[in-house]
Amino acid sequence: MSIVVFVESSDKKVKKTSMEAVFYASKIDNNVIAVALGSAHDESQLGELGKWGATDVLLDSANKFDSGDLSLSASAISEVMKTKNAKILVLATSPFGSGLAACVAVQLNASLATNVAELPDTSSGFVVKRSIFTGKAFQNVNLTNENKVIAIKKNAVDVVENGSVINISSFSAEVDGEGKIKVKDVDMIQGDILLPEAERVVSAGRGLKGPENWGMVEELASVLKAATACSKPVSDMDWRPHHEHVGQTGIKVSPQLYIAIGISGAIQHLAGVNSSKTIVVINKDPEAPFFKEADYGIVGDAFEVVPKLIEALKANN
Amino acid sequence: MKILVCISHVPDTTSRINFIDNNQKFDTSGVQFIIGPYDDYALAKAVDLKEETGATVTVLNVGRAETEPTLRKALAIGADNAVRIDADPLDSIQVATLISNYAKGESFDMILMGRESIDYNGGVVHGLLGEMLNITSISPVMTLKLNGGSAEMTREIEGGKEQVEVAMPFIAGCQEPIAEWKIPNMRGIMTARSKPLDVIDGSAVDMHSDAGEYSLPKTKSGVKLIDPENIGELVNLLKNEAKVI
Ligand SMILES: Cc1cc2nc3c(=O)[nH]c(=O)nc-3n(C[C@H](O)[C@H](O)[C@H](O)COP(=O)(O)OP(=O)(O)OC[C@H]3O[C@@H](n4cnc5c(N)ncnc54)[C@H](O)[C@@H]3O)c2cc1C
Ligand SMILES: Nc1ncnc2c1ncn2[C@@H]1O[C@H](COP(=O)(O)O)[C@@H](O)[C@H]1O
Repeated sequence: MSIVVFVESSDKKVKKTSMEAVFYASKIDNNVIAVALGSAHDESQLGELGKWGATDVLLDSANKFDSGDLSLSASAISEVMKTKNAKILVLATSPFGSGLAACVAVQLNASLATNVAELPDTSSGFVVKRSIFTGKAFQNVNLTNENKVIAIKKNAVDVVENGSVINISSFSAEVDGEGKIKVKDVDMIQGDILLPEAERVVSAGRGLKGPENWGMVEELASVLKAATACSKPVSDMDWRPHHEHVGQTGIKVSPQLYIAIGISGAIQHLAGVNSSKTIVVINKDPEAPFFKEADYGIVGDAFEVVPKLIEALKANN
Repeated sequence: MKILVCISHVPDTTSRINFIDNNQKFDTSGVQFIIGPYDDYALAKAVDLKEETGATVTVLNVGRAETEPTLRKALAIGADNAVRIDADPLDSIQVATLISNYAKGESFDMILMGRESIDYNGGVVHGLLGEMLNITSISPVMTLKLNGGSAEMTREIEGGKEQVEVAMPFIAGCQEPIAEWKIPNMRGIMTARSKPLDVIDGSAVDMHSDAGEYSLPKTKSGVKLIDPENIGELVNLLKNEAKVI
């Protein structure tokens, strides 16, 4: 038997969530085949997946996979699963990953679960724990079909190195056509740390009064090597770009450290950040609901506290 | 042109989530149900397209009779007719199969949905349906403009966005700022009462999973407050206690 993992790269680097998917799979089966599609990958980086438990890496670098046609990529993955006699596909939950998981599930008549938060319990059946209600709850789901597709949530496993760098092989999937999506333009955010991937996030809200005050937020983020984020009203007012807004209707993050500055902690905001490991809240109102969800809190004026925090961190570096 | 909008019927975003019957059942007492926020964007976009092109808009939900007020609200916002597929939505593959069985006979030019439902957060019904109907599905979509027989869309990708073009028919999982949420007006509410709402049987489909016990996340043990005059203490705690820097 073997298990297949679909791997995504960004900026030629394998995404951390894909490494987690490989590690997760290695806890289910010894024979872990990582599959990478499209031209966004770097071969030596893919070889590093051996460290997280991959035993084989297959790469089809045809650029027809770059347009994000789910069905096309799914066909390539399904083909590998059939030829390798793999019954389980593991990948990271993301807009593309979840869509791909869906298409593979249809092609292979598999059970499907996204947002999976822990390793499966196989003591009776194959039960995964899914995060539901936007992080407000979990549900155990038994995946009853022989074939299974599992999209894991960030931090579903704590990865540890348990292997070594491996060789990768090229393959050429027998899929028809070039896909049905024409990509006309790509607009990547330059220089930032990807928010969904970030280990540390510095986020600010309406308490900052205006876009001109984000200098200190960016400085704090840069000292911490963190990504920046914001609350919804802040992006609605165009103080910050839309892709920075976290919460129920925005990006969901689960970093090691989330620092919330001048954010009240509305339930819709918390829904996007409640799986962060450590939460720090800076707010001048001691009654702000966010303090109930925080590990560490500072009651004070952000315009005084944040510069001091930056100084203290710099002194510590 | 025919547009199908699929909506989920979900707890309001401010709802506290609790479970009953030994954590086997979601406690709906006191919970207000709404059109899923992302599905509301899909509906608003469909109504905009109707105004632009004269398209007809069908709104659909897989659910039991208690979702009909939510469907009526969608009619009041501007959909022309509603369809309820009568089944307990238990699994995304089941939901997509039911929608697919219905949509096969209807030849819609586009199917708009939310990027994800905010109850079970699958983020998969659009992808499943696309594969079942063999039409292209794209998500999350931030803008959509028709251009003859195809559509130009902005798709959000991790770390940026893309401009893409797709021929009709297609499926789009919508999110802001694709259109402005619409609130039903008095006239809408009045006319919604007489618009058709058909109920289709949704009993006979295979299940692919078996949903079990619910649980709640661990609650935080309580915040440690740090004196703003002694910020070094926070740095120390982040480093040595939380070990996150
Ligand atoms: C359907 C729906 C979906 C939503 N989705 C989201 C979502 O995804 N994400 C999201 O964030 N919101 C979302 N919201 C909005 C949410 O309900 C709140 O309105 C929003 O999160 C509040 O943003 P805020 O905390 O920045 O602003 P406010 O609530 O105005 O809070 C500002 C805070 O700053 C503090 N403050 C003021 N001055 C200072 C200072 N000098 N120093 C320190 N602190 C200061 C105040 O004490 C206050 O706590 C949604 C709402 C709805 C209805
Ligand atoms: N029970 C349902 N009835 C109709 N549409 C649904 C239902 N559940 C989900 N959808 C649609 O599918 C989208 C994605 O849902 P999900 O895959 O559950 O996150 C939602 O935003 C809705 O547009």
